[in-house]
Amino acid sequence: MMMLDEVADRPTALQLFLIFTRIGLTSFGGGLSGWFWREFVQDRKWLTEDEFLNGLALSQALPGVNVTNMAIWIGYRLLGTRGALACVAGIVVPAAFLIVVIAMVFSALVKFEVTHLALEGAAAAAIGLSLTMGFTAARRVRRKPVPIAIMIATFVAIGIFHLPLIWVVLIGGPISIFLAYHGAA
Amino acid sequence: MPALLAALALVFLPLSFVTIGGGQTIVSDIHRQVVDVHQWMTPAQFVDLFAISRMAPGPGSLLVTLIGWQVAGPWGALVASLAIFTPTALLFYGVARLWTKYKGARWQIVIEAGLRPIAAGMILSAVYVLLQALDGGWPARAIVFASTACLMVTRVNPLLLIACGAACFVVTSMII
Repeated sequence: MMMLDEVADRPTALQLFLIFTRIGLTSFGGGLSGWFWREFVQDRKWLTEDEFLNGLALSQALPGVNVTNMAIWIGYRLLGTRGALACVAGIVVPAAFLIVVIAMVFSALVKFEVTHLALEGAAAAAIGLSLTMGFTAARRVRRKPVPIAIMIATFVAIGIFHLPLIWVVLIGGPISIFLAYHGAA
Repeated sequence: MPALLAALALVFLPLSFVTIGGGQTIVSDIHRQVVDVHQWMTPAQFVDLFAISRMAPGPGSLLVTLIGWQVAGPWGALVASLAIFTPTALLFYGVARLWTKYKGARWQIVIEAGLRPIAAGMILSAVYVLLQALDGGWPARAIVFASTACLMVTRVNPLLLIACGAACFVVTSMII
């Protein structure tokens, strides 16, 4: 477990659980991967940009919800199996209890116009988290014609033509990996 | 009850494996299963649960937890959540292990190089779709811009930005 030694002040499982709990209970408006980016790469610097972005690329391409996949990636990198468990439990379990409570008071909440307004405002601000992470992800794509063309094609396929993500990944993924293999060879 | 719990598991286990990107990709399939096939709830009830999952913090896929709760109470919530999260979590845990074990292997570098442009395109297109769907016209766009700028140049806590965004919307509506 060489990589564990590289982290100067290794977090404990409890610390990881509490960080993910905090994010799980406060991330109104979505953009959770952006929250993780902020917390673990920018603020605490426990992961490098590359480590995080590689995990994100795998999270996006493999089945499973991004958020839980990223929690597992971050937890495993920082603290092995215990870390992965702590992170995934932290992001799912407390938020699951909260959402049931919110469901119980939902009909009372939606009566107020202010609820909708506050949530729209929160969602707008939360887009900034995803956008910041997206900018870095784009900036860190290799400055070569093929990877840049693939990034643009993916954007157009999903953003403009609304093609299903699963087909974009199943077709684009192997093509892009094939090209990377021959580009590197 | 056991039959109902088994039915919940059978709906969400297969869906777990076709979830790519965020959980939003399977919402229409969930709708079909829950409303049309099993008739566990009315379309209006489903819309409410979906709205709650968007409103609440945490992963959007907790929609599944809510559906389980609605259909079969606490045990339903538990079974539905385990069915949607566990299989792919185990799969990804295996991948994370593999990645650590063979850190720096050539195949790994090639896969990463191949997937990173796709992931970047996916994230940016997700943001683009969110921007298009954004309610609230120019004030909302201004908040997106201001929040992005703050995040890029300062070390501000995101929660503060989100609270500011919410407050801006409420205050603006009171003035206009």
